[in-house]
Amino acid sequence: MYVNILNYARRRYFWWSVILLIACSGLYLSQAESLPPNGGSWQGYVLGSIGLFLIIWLSCLGIRKRSYASKSANLQAWVSAHIYLGISLIGVATLHCAFQFGLNVHTLAYMLMCAVIVSGLIGLYAYLRYPRLLVENRANQSFEQRLDSLAKIDKEGLALAANCDTEIQHMISSAIDRTAIGGNLLTQFFGRDRSSVAMPTKGTTSKHSQMLSNEGQQTVIDFLVAKIPNTQKPGEAERLQKLLYILGRRQELLRRLRRELSLQLRTKLWLSVHIPLSMALLVSLFVHIFTVFFYW
Amino acid sequence: MAENVKEHFDIAVIGAGPAGLSAAAKAAEYDLDARAANPDHTPSHILIEGSPLHANTIQRYQKGKHVMDEPGYLDLRSPLEFAAGKREQILKSWDQGISETGINFRANCEVTKITGSRGNFEIHCADGNTISANNVVLSIGTQGNPRRLGVDGDNSHFVQYQLDDPDEYHDEDIIVVGAGDAAIENALALAKNNRVVIVNRKNEFTRAKQGNLDNVLEAINDRNMAFSCRYDASVKSLSVPPPGSVGTVVLNTARGDETLPCHRVIARLGSIPPRQFVESCGIALPNKDPEAIPELDGQYQCNVPGLYIIGALAGYPLIKQGMNQGYDVIEYIKGKAVKPVDHPLLALKFSLLPYLADVDDILALYQQRVPMFSRMNALAFRELIMESDIRYCVSDAQQLNSLQSQGASISQERIRDIESARSADIQRRQSAGLAIKPVTPISPPVITKLLRSGDFIYRHNDYSNSFFTIIEGQVTLSSAEGSDTILGPGQFFGEMSLLSGRPRIGNAVASNDTILIETPRRTMAKLMAANDEVAKGIETVFLQRTLQQFFTPQGSYVDLRDIAKQVKTSHFNTGKYIYKEDDAGEHLYLIRSGTIALSRLENGKEIAIGQLHSGQIFGQMALMGDPTRRESAYAAVRSEVIEISRQPFLALLSKSPESITRLQTETSKQLKSTAELAALPEQASLMSFLLAQGTGEGTNVLLIDENLCVGCDNCETACAETHKGISRLDRKAGVRFANINLPIACRHCEQPHCMKECPPNAIHRESSGEVYINDSCIGCGNCETNCPYGVIKLSYQLPEKPPFLSWLFGGVGPGPGEDKNATPSNMAKEIGKKAVKCDACVDRPAGPACVQYCPTGAAQRMEPAEFINVLNLR
Repeated sequence: MYVNILNYARRRYFWWSVILLIACSGLYLSQAESLPPNGGSWQGYVLGSIGLFLIIWLSCLGIRKRSYASKSANLQAWVSAHIYLGISLIGVATLHCAFQFGLNVHTLAYMLMCAVIVSGLIGLYAYLRYPRLLVENRANQSFEQRLDSLAKIDKEGLALAANCDTEIQHMISSAIDRTAIGGNLLTQFFGRDRSSVAMPTKGTTSKHSQMLSNEGQQTVIDFLVAKIPNTQKPGEAERLQKLLYILGRRQELLRRLRRELSLQLRTKLWLSVHIPLSMALLVSLFVHIFTVFFYW
Repeated sequence: MAENVKEHFDIAVIGAGPAGLSAAAKAAEYDLDARAANPDHTPSHILIEGSPLHANTIQRYQKGKHVMDEPGYLDLRSPLEFAAGKREQILKSWDQGISETGINFRANCEVTKITGSRGNFEIHCADGNTISANNVVLSIGTQGNPRRLGVDGDNSHFVQYQLDDPDEYHDEDIIVVGAGDAAIENALALAKNNRVVIVNRKNEFTRAKQGNLDNVLEAINDRNMAFSCRYDASVKSLSVPPPGSVGTVVLNTARGDETLPCHRVIARLGSIPPRQFVESCGIALPNKDPEAIPELDGQYQCNVPGLYIIGALAGYPLIKQGMNQGYDVIEYIKGKAVKPVDHPLLALKFSLLPYLADVDDILALYQQRVPMFSRMNALAFRELIMESDIRYCVSDAQQLNSLQSQGASISQERIRDIESARSADIQRRQSAGLAIKPVTPISPPVITKLLRSGDFIYRHNDYSNSFFTIIEGQVTLSSAEGSDTILGPGQFFGEMSLLSGRPRIGNAVASNDTILIETPRRTMAKLMAANDEVAKGIETVFLQRTLQQFFTPQGSYVDLRDIAKQVKTSHFNTGKYIYKEDDAGEHLYLIRSGTIALSRLENGKEIAIGQLHSGQIFGQMALMGDPTRRESAYAAVRSEVIEISRQPFLALLSKSPESITRLQTETSKQLKSTAELAALPEQASLMSFLLAQGTGEGTNVLLIDENLCVGCDNCETACAETHKGISRLDRKAGVRFANINLPIACRHCEQPHCMKECPPNAIHRESSGEVYINDSCIGCGNCETNCPYGVIKLSYQLPEKPPFLSWLFGGVGPGPGEDKNATPSNMAKEIGKKAVKCDACVDRPAGPACVQYCPTGAAQRMEPAEFINVLNLR
């Protein structure tokens, strides 16, 4: 509906970074042929200064985002510029180091910078892709509304089960009790279902049961599906059919809830890599500059 | 005193409300003085009240209710105390006042009839006694007596006609009869601890305020609440139980009789206006309206000599006004020529005008000047001027400067006067051993407003909505499209925005020596509701100017008088159809206020294919060659439309042939946009969603594109950071459809619901359209109730947070954004909660913070007219 961060202002900052890279390449090529291109020539210093300035400016986004009294341009412009200029930093830095790498603090700073940029690119993908997936998954109902619906059908399910065998009653209440949404980071990230259920064991009394995984409510559904054609009591088939319908609804609701959590996490998780890496980059950059001038 | 001895008094005050109490207290002061001279002096006054207590209306307020002392600009002039505060405090101070001043108070004495005139009034009481008096002051208010159920037992303990404290009842079955605001508010308050059935005579709650309507419907539909409604039902009979046990009520419903057991019945059926009693006293009323106000002279005397009317019955519903009149009326009866309290205030309003006349003369002159006001009640006109600004247009900068400095010294003088009056009052109280009243800040005096010849009174697209009346000089109305209109003394302008709520069309410029009355919207709305003549006068000119604007911009609106008589204005509530697809049409419609949605049935589903706002036309094709309606038109919000049939339409076109081209262009544009939307069913359903959410009446709507929103909530954080720590928008709770999220945030409606009933008049609209609440908010919550979109909340002032950088680098404080765990200071609690809402960042040059601080560009604010462009952009 609106313009996204890449297309902001007709990709103004894309062209800015193209111009920046052309200028930097010109500077690189202007180095005297007598010496191999190097970070130590005046061109190398200029390129390094540009890189330093860019890195400091890029890391100021965190402050700019929260300077709520600012009168300057809107945040979207900053983010758009942050992305394009951040990507062009790879070029600037590579030209600055003149393709010389080694096992030293200088290359460490370079590698950290690359890691920051890659995490940023992952973030860019997340920002462009996941909101759309979230919209699709949400299907005009919010997370809270879905939780409400879940609570409501759980209540209906328990009420229905109360009129069934104790076996089924125990199974349904345990399936509801042991429904898991969320969990640890990985579970959330992949939207895994760690639900379980205490299933009655065949041939024994209802007191005996075993704990089974109930991923996607499938175990309970399978049990009901097997049970429905074999009911004896009047009205039981109808109740179980209704329960089956409710479990089907639960299946869908839970899937969407988990997916929403997973997508939300994916939209944000990259930041917790991007920011610490940026901090590390700033430190190593300081070490890089310090060593260059100290050993000069 | 023996019953057969007829009592006689100089002054009899009937009705012990604030006005009557104040009058009686003033009369009692005269008696006190007389008794000081002659210890045998018997009271020459009496205060007669039908109910057992004084101030019946205030006694009936709910416990702890905050009573206002509006209008703030008016001083109190009464022997009794009155300042804003809790109901209990005020009643207590009046109790004290009654005994201190020695009012001769007779309660439980209902007056049934008053006969006679000055010197020989006979006051007949329900108990058979008759009291005679030389003068009668009638201050019975307009509440009247509550309307009863009209069945046996309706006067028993089983039926209550008021509810003092809803928390007094627990776990009872209670039947509330009535469908007005009082009934709904009582029923909802009782439903917290009881089982409630509300009985509505009709099949919907038509008389309720929107907020109450929403709440009652929600309660009825809430299955977890013991709250139900019987529509189309009335009380047929009661079986009254002994006190403390359960009785029954038989309801007459559409499906036969229904018997309900209950502990008590609360009937809130309104009251019988005192009109009949008033007429029986020989008092003339100007029209048949049940709320008509008697004609009074400048001393509150009606057509019966010696019979004075003050307070709400005289058209002054505010407590302070009534009390001041009570004081003044006794002075008039005693032959003292006091000036009303508002006299110096009016003098200030007129202070910079080139007149040497007295306030009363100027008022009389002004009223004569304006035909529409000339037949108004003089007191009502005085009130109108009191609430309006007087604007004076001077010729040059030199004159402006000299008048401005003159104005400044007048203001200072006024403030000095108030200060010296206050210190005199403090001294008097100290020497009398009374408590000192808390000092309220002196608001700056309102003097004549100045402007220079050629200055804009308003500009095109300003969101102001006041009403202007020209007293002297001339005003030029100009618009980009048409010729200028020059208006002279006695004429008025500004009625378009007043009635439609839309921004101004064209500019208004005053010339040298022009004097204007600028009346705020709410005063004008009140006047139009009370005075048919004014309402009609404004409506007529409004119609003519609206037609002129659209059809004959080059012509004069005066020529359209006859055509204007042939068109009809109709109101449509939200969702009501003006016409339906495939109907045969005979009219075109010009929207006067509100938003009209155009829709079409596609595969059995109704989709929106367009939206039109005030000032636009629709349905014109019916008169342009295609009589079959190709779409349906319904009111997206409560709207008013002007219906124009073929005859006046042709007459309009013949007045101005060039308007045909204009009409054709407008029509082509509309057809193009509706065809576009009809071809994009997804966008059309987005449009339907937006219109169904009432965004049509907004002027500045926040829409979030969920395809871009990453859920960082920086919009809310930015809002809180720029608005005293409280976010005025709620992103998560927004309504979502496809990729659109309509967050809970103010839309700055064309006719803001929140502005309707703000007692201190704290809600204002910038000329650029932003609706905001200023510091004079008293936290009454009316705006919160009235807003259909839930964007206003009541909140304490939050403590200040440590600076941002100390949070960023030192982790001090809760960080940016609204701190949900913040505890308000004791000071903030004392001040109380105040209403907070979005002000569209009216003071921020960079625009709304929510939009500026969205990192991905997902949040944008726009006018509803822009929806189409945005939706098509995808």
